[in-house]
Amino acid sequence: MKSTNLISGLKKSGLLVAFVVFLGAVSLTSDAFLSVGNILDVLRQVSITGMIAIGTTFVVITGRLDLSVGSMLTLLTVLLVDQHNQVGPLLAIVLTLAAAIALGAFNGLLVGYLKLNALIVTLAMLSFLQGLTLLYSGGSNVNIPNAQTTWFRFFGRSDMFGIPVPVLLFLGVGAIAAFVLTRTVFGRQVYAVGGNETASNFSGVSSARTVFWAYILSALATGFAAIILGSRVMGAQNTIGQGYELTVLAGIILGGTSMLGGSGSVWRTVLGIAMLGFIQNGLLLMGFPYYVQWLVTWVVIIIAVWIDLAGKRGRVLA
Amino acid sequence: MTMNTGAQSRHTNGAVTWLFRNHIWLFLGLAIAIFSLASPYFLTVNNISNVLTQGAFIGILAVGMTLVMIDGEIDLSVGAILALSTALAIGLQEQIGVWPAVLAGLLSGAALGFFNGVITAFSGMHSFIVTLGALIGIRGLVFIYTGEDALMVQDFSYTEYAEIYLGPVSVTALTFFVLALFFQWVLTSTRHGRETFAIGDNIEAAHDAGINIKRHKIINFSICGTMAAVAGILLSMRLGTAEPNAGKIWELWTIIAVVLGGTRLTGGFGSMWKTIGGVMTLAVLRNGLRLLNTPNYVELMVMGAVLILALLLDRVLSSQTEAR
Amino acid sequence: MSNQTPILTVNEVTKTFPGVVALNEVSFDIRPGEVHALVGENGAGKSTLMKVLAGLYKADAGEIIHQGKPVDIASPLDARHQGILLIHQELSLSPELSVAENIFLGAWPTNRFGVLRKSKLNKDAQSALTALGADFGPSVRLGTLSIAKQQMVEIARANAFEANVVIFDEPTASLTDTEKDLLFATIRNLRDRGVGIVYISHKMDEIFDLTDRITVLRDGQVQGTVKTEESDVGQITQMMIGRELDAFFHRAKSTLGSEVLRVEGLMNTRHFRDVSFSVRQGEVLGLYGLVGAGRSELVETIFGVRTMEAGEIYWQGQPTGRLTPRKATDLGMALVPESRKEQGLVLGQGGRANISLPHPNMFSRATVMNVASEMRVFDTYKKQLDIKTTGPEQALSDLSGGNQQKFVLAKWLCADPKLIILDEPTRGIDIGSKSAIHELIAGLAENGLAVIVISSEMPEVLGVSHRILTMSEGRMVGQFSGVEMTEKNLIEAVSHCADDVLTPV
Repeated sequence: MKSTNLISGLKKSGLLVAFVVFLGAVSLTSDAFLSVGNILDVLRQVSITGMIAIGTTFVVITGRLDLSVGSMLTLLTVLLVDQHNQVGPLLAIVLTLAAAIALGAFNGLLVGYLKLNALIVTLAMLSFLQGLTLLYSGGSNVNIPNAQTTWFRFFGRSDMFGIPVPVLLFLGVGAIAAFVLTRTVFGRQVYAVGGNETASNFSGVSSARTVFWAYILSALATGFAAIILGSRVMGAQNTIGQGYELTVLAGIILGGTSMLGGSGSVWRTVLGIAMLGFIQNGLLLMGFPYYVQWLVTWVVIIIAVWIDLAGKRGRVLA
Repeated sequence: MTMNTGAQSRHTNGAVTWLFRNHIWLFLGLAIAIFSLASPYFLTVNNISNVLTQGAFIGILAVGMTLVMIDGEIDLSVGAILALSTALAIGLQEQIGVWPAVLAGLLSGAALGFFNGVITAFSGMHSFIVTLGALIGIRGLVFIYTGEDALMVQDFSYTEYAEIYLGPVSVTALTFFVLALFFQWVLTSTRHGRETFAIGDNIEAAHDAGINIKRHKIINFSICGTMAAVAGILLSMRLGTAEPNAGKIWELWTIIAVVLGGTRLTGGFGSMWKTIGGVMTLAVLRNGLRLLNTPNYVELMVMGAVLILALLLDRVLSSQTEAR
Repeated sequence: MSNQTPILTVNEVTKTFPGVVALNEVSFDIRPGEVHALVGENGAGKSTLMKVLAGLYKADAGEIIHQGKPVDIASPLDARHQGILLIHQELSLSPELSVAENIFLGAWPTNRFGVLRKSKLNKDAQSALTALGADFGPSVRLGTLSIAKQQMVEIARANAFEANVVIFDEPTASLTDTEKDLLFATIRNLRDRGVGIVYISHKMDEIFDLTDRITVLRDGQVQGTVKTEESDVGQITQMMIGRELDAFFHRAKSTLGSEVLRVEGLMNTRHFRDVSFSVRQGEVLGLYGLVGAGRSELVETIFGVRTMEAGEIYWQGQPTGRLTPRKATDLGMALVPESRKEQGLVLGQGGRANISLPHPNMFSRATVMNVASEMRVFDTYKKQLDIKTTGPEQALSDLSGGNQQKFVLAKWLCADPKLIILDEPTRGIDIGSKSAIHELIAGLAENGLAVIVISSEMPEVLGVSHRILTMSEGRMVGQFSGVEMTEKNLIEAVSHCADDVLTPV
């Protein structure tokens, strides 16, 4: 049927088309916009949010949510920066990643095994982890004094082959995550659990375990993001990660991954996050203050998801 | 299929069942008891008055949120709507006068709520996504209107409204209770309220009975937006300023309060009484911890832990009561 | 008190779905003040007919005449307005609302401002309840009532909306004896007030107790309508079944080998207790019973989806302890569940991904999926089972029921299980695919698999099984093999309540 083909075609690439149009429109008003330098700059700016979103994508595909990532980012960055000064960068990184895994495991235990509501659990963790951060830092901000000489600066402040390291890390981790999601047993199980949890259990796939590991991945990705963030800022305030969870979710939604679970991909998330970044950047280049992007994001989310739903009409449970 | 082998012997001990369904009061009682023992300042009239007022802001937001949740939906944008109404109520005063500005603030909340409701009802999008977008976008509107600095009211007598007290109860707290009681009445005695329950409880049955689901959802979101605006107006009267970052994170506290009270996210179950209980428990916890001079982090960690415990408790209890 | 002029007449109604004629020129009528039973095997068309009357389906041909006029029933709300009420197993009620609110759902009396007129609502509800002899009041919250009483509330809607035709679909599935008596009293009450009642059931003793006339459906056609008092179980059974069984079904000619699975004293308190049986290589064990007997729950417990609370499972002679679906699959068990949409397949994905889901080790190397092997297996089974699909990625939601079921089979067969349990494998599937599945079952047994088939369709279970176990209300109530496997024996075994009365909780 012609109309479904058009809609499904639009759905698949509609976002892309709209995005390209947007890019075109902005580039008319600003020469700098589509320059390589600017593109790399935008990617660098979204690399932290994007890194987190890559991990959270796994959780969303299983049909859950993770609202704790912002507070987790704060805690992990503070921990990382502080420990950098105490035990050195290498151990600090190891410690931070271990903490990330522990936090993710806790989320996974509550949501996966105990089957508590993901929204509320991760909301509770948002609050709890914020408190934990204050407890750890004693309310003061942390700084890395030897910012110029520590090799830790590599992650956030260096370039390799002319590309900022954060971008390389973001895309690199993205590629690995995409591989895991599309080519491994675990990835299949993530999609299956999200697509039909009951049938997955009947097929010998433990949905509890799959969700558990998804939360660990989300936390681990947040740990990577903390490394980039800490390295870039060379310090951490107690509120450094506040609000990230919203942008992460917005990016995942924009990319077309369904909140119901069972579909989506890492590349969709990367695209969604990149779009957010280009919207912000484009609007800034056009002279708008930074908060106008929020308005635009709102409009874009509604349009994008509505188109997406129109394409699936008939299969949507509503 | 269950094997009913005799008359269903449900534990019809009324008191126990009531406690199962209303466990928030146990929490509240416990919290009050603990803090009264821990601090001599807790049970003073002055402090109680403070608790009531402090809790009232989240409380008013929670009234709207409860309605939306019983419908099976959620509204993440209440904090942002609050900020916009605060900004309009103060910012427009010079141009159109105090009370028209306040009215404009209220209308903005109603309009945004209406918008959320329409999109949710007609697009089939989950309200989480719709109101997440609104949360982000309306905050943008606020900043566009106010710029990055807070707006200040020109005539400070505006803030005197917040100073009105009925005995120990401030006008803010009074508004909260009046609204909560009013909407509780709506939930129990009007067609809209009861059909809201029906929709959240068993949407197919509601649909088959011919209930207009879209209309109810739109009404509830509009009310929720209006409630956010009311809270915003009261906040503006209290502070005399409109911060563009007002209300940030408040939607999360609102959800926490409502869920803590016992209203279910899945819909079809809840009441304003429960919400009052949840809001007050939250307020008591925060107030009590502050009185004890506990550092900031304790409050945040306690809130998180209490919420998770409440979830676990709810899980255990609901598997024991009805044979669904 | 029954009047001879029908209140509802179904005239040569036909309804087809892709591949199957569900109703074939069905004609029957209901008189006011009569209880008219509608019987037939699963798949005979009872459920379709009922849905047409209730406004859920539209007939393709024929007409429905209600109160003397031809009508078009467009929706359930429409049916209700016309006075036709369907009471089925998923009660269409709201547990959080009161009894009165449920009775009048969608039609509450309010004043100008939308405020409920509670006293009127409760008063009207009370009259409906009193008319039924209910012992509870209108302001009680529905969720506090037992299922039987909730059912009464649904029936009270009949009175409230002045229904003139009420259709009951297997209403006694989850009721105890006392509750059944209550229900029957209610039905008789309705009948005495002139309502025309359609009673759909498998239970012969209930039908002969309660009804005035019986219409038998078979394969979508009416076999006849008789007066209950002039008929008997034998005649009805004959009309329900009356076909040559052997022509349709294939019983495997296999040699029976050693024991593959044995269970002893299995129990899951809410669903079944004290179940013991065993099955051997090459054997097809049928499990027959009515809806609600606990058969699905039994096999789900064996497979590990549900928790086994008591009893022992032995696999090839060795005790296994409690199983999980993962352990069961690794041992060599397979379960084709009752609901392919909810339990059997991830409909959003294609055949290839669904086939490999239970067998990660088979289709991967060092956790990386081997897509080539998935494709090979997909092709193998597509040919072997003759599945109609456009390719390995076509979403299974696009396929017909029969083809979906074939994928469920493929996903288990590809790992060479030693035991395969099939729960209602041909439900909702067209005749052609049904036959293919029966042939398949026979082939599996002939290849040495142990097969357990759960079926509510008597001809099917009689046709494919070497041995049949019957279950009723959570207990194993009979075992038949060889010449003992007759319709009469099966019906008798499950029609009565289990003789040892289950002690009330």
